[in-house]
Parts: sequence; structure tokens; C-alpha cells
Amino acid sequence: MAEPFPGALIRARDYGTEVFAVADAEIRKLRHDPSEILTRAIQPAIWLILFGGVMARVRGIASGETSYMDFLAPGILAQSVLFAAIFYGIAAIWERDLGVLHRYMVSPAPRSALVLGKGLSSAVRGLTQAVVVYLLALVLGIGIDLNPLNLLGVAGLIALGSALFSTFSLIIACIVKTRERFMGIGQVLTMPIFFASNAIYPIDIMPGWLKVVSRANPLTYEVDGLRALMLKAEHSVFGLGLDVAVLVVILAVLVSIATRLYPRMTQ
Amino acid sequence: MASTLSPSSDLLLIETMGLSRDFDTRTVVDAVTLQVRAGEVFGLIGPNGAGKSTLIKMLTTLLPPSRGTARVAGADVRTDPRAVRRHIGYVPQLLSADGALTGYENLLLSARLYLIPRAERAQRIRDALELTELTEAANRPAQHYSGGMLRRLEIAQSMLHRPEVLIMDEPTVGLDPVARHAVWTHVQDLRDRFGTTILITTHAMEEAEALCDRIGILHLGRLEQVGTPAELKAAVGPGATLDDVFAAIAGHDVDLGGDFRDVRRTRRSLAQHG
Repeated sequence: MAEPFPGALIRARDYGTEVFAVADAEIRKLRHDPSEILTRAIQPAIWLILFGGVMARVRGIASGETSYMDFLAPGILAQSVLFAAIFYGIAAIWERDLGVLHRYMVSPAPRSALVLGKGLSSAVRGLTQAVVVYLLALVLGIGIDLNPLNLLGVAGLIALGSALFSTFSLIIACIVKTRERFMGIGQVLTMPIFFASNAIYPIDIMPGWLKVVSRANPLTYEVDGLRALMLKAEHSVFGLGLDVAVLVVILAVLVSIATRLYPRMTQ
Repeated sequence: MASTLSPSSDLLLIETMGLSRDFDTRTVVDAVTLQVRAGEVFGLIGPNGAGKSTLIKMLTTLLPPSRGTARVAGADVRTDPRAVRRHIGYVPQLLSADGALTGYENLLLSARLYLIPRAERAQRIRDALELTELTEAANRPAQHYSGGMLRRLEIAQSMLHRPEVLIMDEPTVGLDPVARHAVWTHVQDLRDRFGTTILITTHAMEEAEALCDRIGILHLGRLEQVGTPAELKAAVGPGATLDDVFAAIAGHDVDLGGDFRDVRRTRRSLAQHG
């Protein structure tokens, strides 16, 4: 009788190798030119220092027991990851225009492995953003929880959120196909995702219709989980389990859509 | 009319059967039936817009056919595209090496994507770098390579998993004469050393004559003629060149030259490799 287990293990190992191949190539590029990490650090710094500094004085946003700067930090972390991931589609279009994408598409690697590889590389980029925001938060005296388990949880949520939004971006790129169209749509999508979430204000103060939109927005669940894990004095509104489940399910759906659309980019 | 050549005794590594592709209402590849024997270098020539790149995209499984099918290295492009991809190497017209990675890293990426066992990877990459004379440049970012070096790197990437079939889409476009001859030498070397079956598209008759055992002339999506360079020339008349053969088939269509996408692709390719 055939032994399915070793065969399945070999297939899983091969699939992992293919996912890692794509992610490792992207990480190597980041290592060759780490200037991107520095330039991407500017945006969260502006939001935390300028926007956070001013809004904390206004006391116009009820952030409960937590100071507004503390409340804002996880939101800004999620925002910086979102903004970095959402432009992954541009890179995909660029790779298609250059011809690099053909190299991937003529390989026998399953399309889903290519999509997940891109998502994994985005997750690594997201983690570099997290390090930057944590350093900023420590400098600004934000009540960060440095418990190793919490740090691990934050890393997991960042990786999930980053992979989710980069895959979403890849889908948009597959649909719009040109850099010009993507630039327009990228801006149009990023702002509603950010502002229709709990990143910079609590859901409670939103008008009813926006609360509904916010509940359907994966960024809301990412921020909710981050707030619970990142801050000493916060807890999850929806429950960490639900936060993670929503992100995993949406990521799985997006990967399956991207797997179908990605090959069309080279047709 | 689509032509057919049926060698009786040799193993066929590329076989298309009425292969066609439509874009909207336009038929770009029209019922192409073609057979390429194992170990053969087969040249596909035709003007821009003749359908060469579309035909190649179908053979490499990048594009599904509208009608007909093809078998490449024994696998059907429609029903088993992953098996096809496992057995082919592809050098696209556009630059497919990643400029932000070193030559070594580009090869490592290919080695992993083709699941070359970890124990063999280092040796395969060393051999490929040596074969394409890129050992010294292996740790330099590919964006600092010359056009000829980039093409050699792409050939190395395409051959790393030792495919039975190598498909090259205008591999010498934009290269200077020295780099072009170096690519020709590598193509001949691959066939002699590994017995690789090679399908190559080109505009250059000199290249087709120098490299190819047989040539197929594609015009307006149809395979008009197939034969050895000598057979094709003899069919036109005494003293005829391949240019004369080409002109006899395509010369009357003065407005040919491809659509916007063809021109953009060719010019981009020239800019990348030139």
C-alpha cells in the first residue's frame, strides 16, 4: 500500500522551498538597499510626533483610560505597514514591465506559492516597520509592553496584516495592469481603509454607517489586536482570537483570488 | 496555408496541433502545426506582429491557446502546464534577470524555484557560472552587467535545471556583434553538450542561418514554410538568400511591423540590453 504521509511531507517541503525562494529574493533586495527602511520611518514619525502631539493636547478624541499617544501608536504601526504593503502591486507591475515576472511564471512553482512568497516578503518588510515604530514609541515614552510573548504576538499580527494588504494590492495590480491606473486607485483605496478603521480614533465615536464599514475592514481587527498586545493598559475589543481569525480567513480568500489573477499579468 | 513537417523516426519534443490564439476578434496565431525533433535547433522567423511571441507564450504555458494544443517534452500545454514548465527553459525577449540581485542570487532563485536538491545547488550554480563565463561577476548586482552578460545570465538561469527544451524569444535583440556571437556560441554549446532541443525566434536571417537546423517562417499568424535553410533558399531560386525567402513571403505587406505592444516590447528590449 502506498504511504501518503512521506509524499505529502515532501510536497509540503517543496512548497515551502518555493515560497521561501520568492520571499528570500525580496529580502535580499532589501538588504542590498536598506534605504527604504529609513525613508519609510519618516511617515510614522510624523504621525506620532506631529499629529499625535497635537491631538493629545486637543483632548478631542476619547481614548478611555489610555493617553491618546498610547492609543495612537498601534494604529500608526498598522498604518505604516498598510501603506508599505499597499504599494506592492506597483512592484508587481514593474516586474511585469521589466520581464522579471516571466521568470517566475515559467517556473513550475505553483502560483499560490509565488503569491504567498510575495506576501511573506511583505511581512518581513512590515516587521522592519514595527521595529522603527517600537523605537519611536520608546523614545516618546509610550507605555509599550515588552513582554516577549506580546512581542511575538505583535510580530504575528504585523506579518498577517502585511501579507493581507500586499496580496490585496497584488489583486488590484492584476486588474488595473498599469502603473498609472494603480497610482490613482492605490490612493483612493488606502485612505478609506485607514480612516474607516480604529487606527486613529475609537469605533464608538464614529457615525453608525461608518461603524458598519469599520467592522468589515480588516485593518480594524489588526489594530484591535495590536492595541491589546502592544500596550500595557489595553485589551482587545473583539477578542484576540477573532482578530486573528478574521485576518487569516481574509488572507486565505485573497491568496486564492490572487492565485487565479496573477498569471494574467504575463498574458 | 499552415504547413506540416513530419519526421518519421525521431523523437518529437515540440509538437503543435492546429495551435491558435485569438485576441478579441483578431486571430494572432492561426492553426499552427509544427514539429521539432529532439536535439534540433529550430528557428522561427517572421516580422513584428507575425505571432512569434504569442506562439512562444502558448508553448511556455504563459498563455492558454484559443484552439488546438501543443505537447512540449511530452506534456500537454493545456492539460498539464506544470509538467511542461518543469521540462523547459525560457529566455524571454524582455530582461528577466532581476537587476537588484547579484548573478549568484538570480541563479539561486531559479535553483529553488525548480527544486534543485539543496546538495546539488552550489555545484550546479558554479557550473552554470563557469559555462556562461560569469564566475568573476557572480557577486555583482546584475544591474551592473552588460547586455551580453545579462543574456548569458538568463541562459544560465534557464538551463540550471537541465531542461530538455530551451525556448528563446529573440535572444540577441539589442546586443552588439561580439555579444551576439557569444550568445550563438553558447546556444551551439548547449546543444552539443547537453543535446538540448532549442526553439529560437529571431528577426535576423544571419542568425537563423548560423544557428538553426530548420526554420519555420511565420507570417500573419500562419506558418507559411518549414525547411532547412538550404531547402528554403532553393525553393526561391538559384543564388537566393534567406532574406529573399523572407521577402518572398512577407515582403508585399509594407505596413507590417507589429502593433503598439510589439514595438514597445522590442524598443524596451533594445533599451535593456543595448
